[in-house]
Amino acid sequence: MAQITLSKLRHSYYPNPKQADDYALKMIDLVLEDGGAYALLGPSGCGKSSLLNIISGLLVPSDGRILFDENDVTTVAPSARSIAQVFQFPVIYDTMTVYNNFAFPLRNQGVDEARVDVRVREIAEMLEVTDLLDKRAAGLSPDNKQKISMGRGLVREDMNVVMFDEPLTVIDPHLKWKLRSKLKELHQRVKVTMIYVTHDQTEALTFADQVVVMQDGEVVQVGTPVELFERPAHTFVGHFIGSPGMNILSCDVRGSVAYFDGIEVPLEGAIKPDLNGNTEIGIRPEYVSFGTQGIAATVRKVSDVGRHNVVTVMVGDTKIAAIVKGETPAVGDTVQLVFEQDQTRLYVDGWLASEKGAGQ
Amino acid sequence: MKTQNNRAWLFVLPVLLLVAFNALIPMMTVVNYSVQETFGNNLFFWQGLDWFEGLLRSDRFHAALGRQFLFTGLILAIEVPLGIAIALAMPRQGGWVSVCLVLMALPMLIPWNVVGAMWNIFTLPDIGLLGYFINHVLNIPYDMTQNPIAAWVTIVTMDVWHWTSLVVLLSYAGLVSIPDAYYQAAKIDGASNWAVFRYIQLPKMKNVLTIAILLRFMDSFNIFTEPFVLTGGGPGNSTTLLSIDLVKIALGQFDLGPAAAMSLIYFVITLLVSWLFYTLMTKDDLN
Repeated sequence: MAQITLSKLRHSYYPNPKQADDYALKMIDLVLEDGGAYALLGPSGCGKSSLLNIISGLLVPSDGRILFDENDVTTVAPSARSIAQVFQFPVIYDTMTVYNNFAFPLRNQGVDEARVDVRVREIAEMLEVTDLLDKRAAGLSPDNKQKISMGRGLVREDMNVVMFDEPLTVIDPHLKWKLRSKLKELHQRVKVTMIYVTHDQTEALTFADQVVVMQDGEVVQVGTPVELFERPAHTFVGHFIGSPGMNILSCDVRGSVAYFDGIEVPLEGAIKPDLNGNTEIGIRPEYVSFGTQGIAATVRKVSDVGRHNVVTVMVGDTKIAAIVKGETPAVGDTVQLVFEQDQTRLYVDGWLASEKGAGQ
Repeated sequence: MKTQNNRAWLFVLPVLLLVAFNALIPMMTVVNYSVQETFGNNLFFWQGLDWFEGLLRSDRFHAALGRQFLFTGLILAIEVPLGIAIALAMPRQGGWVSVCLVLMALPMLIPWNVVGAMWNIFTLPDIGLLGYFINHVLNIPYDMTQNPIAAWVTIVTMDVWHWTSLVVLLSYAGLVSIPDAYYQAAKIDGASNWAVFRYIQLPKMKNVLTIAILLRFMDSFNIFTEPFVLTGGGPGNSTTLLSIDLVKIALGQFDLGPAAAMSLIYFVITLLVSWLFYTLMTKDDLN
């Protein structure tokens, strides 16, 4: 068990990186508390798997250090770090039984057979695979194989961290949910730090206490699922999380007032001083409603997604999504948009630039 | 109710004809010869199973069969581990991959009789590069036309040189198909190199190795050209393998009946061993 500190971490797959674009990981400073459930969330190619491999030791970073508590483990071999990793595709030792698969990491450490047996049965019971223990691992279904992979990760007792690299990719949709709640339950039982890498926001938000959002090799925001949803620190987070994502609208700022389409839009609070750049308003579809006066827009599309309707409207060339419960306007109607004031944020060059309002 | 017709047979017909002419009919001719005695002029006399019985009791056949199993056993025992070892040592990525692959494929591109001739010259005691080196530099008497041991060492070495590549290439294909995640997981699980080989690489290579061993078994069990060109079965009969003996009986002595009976027994042995081996290796995959 340990707190994991990533300090000034950079990594490049090129031998002589020069400009920032050569780096797969640009500058990561991150502290992962002992026993936390973390998710690394980001689109494919954002560097989340590289980061994971650096923590597990499969990759040595170009610059920076990794500390487990006070110990620098930057160049320590994976097997000596007391970590476990579950991969995208289940990795099992085909020729062994499920029992021997679980026992493998322990036997490699020279744990005595009696203790191995206790641990294997404990883990099997936790994962509900006790009746499979004597079966050969090769013939199992994908979700059971992934369970075996997880079990091998959890079986050692001295774990610092267990990492999951998009572990549900090959699992059938109806089993994903089951396995995900199993993971959450396991985390609560074993209390070991877990890091879950995914590009699926649902997986990240349901699993993690803290979500680390990454883009282009950088950490954009670290926060609880609620924080990420309520106050995205960057337009990327706003857009990436939520379904549909945050509306990002180009705007003009004159003095301390923002104008969209020539109309004043009241923001949540004051604008941070001394910021110059491309200004945008961010408002989640959940907080866009139709009123009697406001910004005039034409309804383009109404999609019924079950619990509510997503109404897409156009203001000039700008597309805005609104989530509407109950009655919806017809396509072609003209509506007046109302933005909930304390949910209307200002972004300068992508970064959050409005202060929290007095009411929050 | 499905409409049924026999049109499908028409599609099978061309293959049937082809197989008939290149396998079935020649084969039946051999069966025909194996139960008759012939004196030329197309005179045939019914002989029943006499040839088979005589052959199965003959010391000459036993000796040739023994030599054949010894040869095949030796080359498999050398080529399979050696091939796996070379495949493991080959780079998995980078520019050297294609260089290695081409180098490995080269011996297999050389025609069999040329291989025999090459090694014949290579091992000549006075002018062959290898023969001269062993005799006059290492001062070990080595002459495969005189010494049976030398002859055996030469034909086995030649086969290893010629065919280990096949095992290498197939094993290599098996190795590169293993996803990185397996090696990474093994590293994290603290597996030793031996455990990685035993529990990851070997199981993943099992299918291609089965094919490699099967091909090497059949090929080496039926080998003729190279040892024939190299030693002609000598000195004495020491390297007279089954096929060489068969040709001696059929074309040297013109005993077509016994030769045909021997062909059939030879064929059945090859088929039986291949079938047994394949069934044993794949029986786990079924359940």
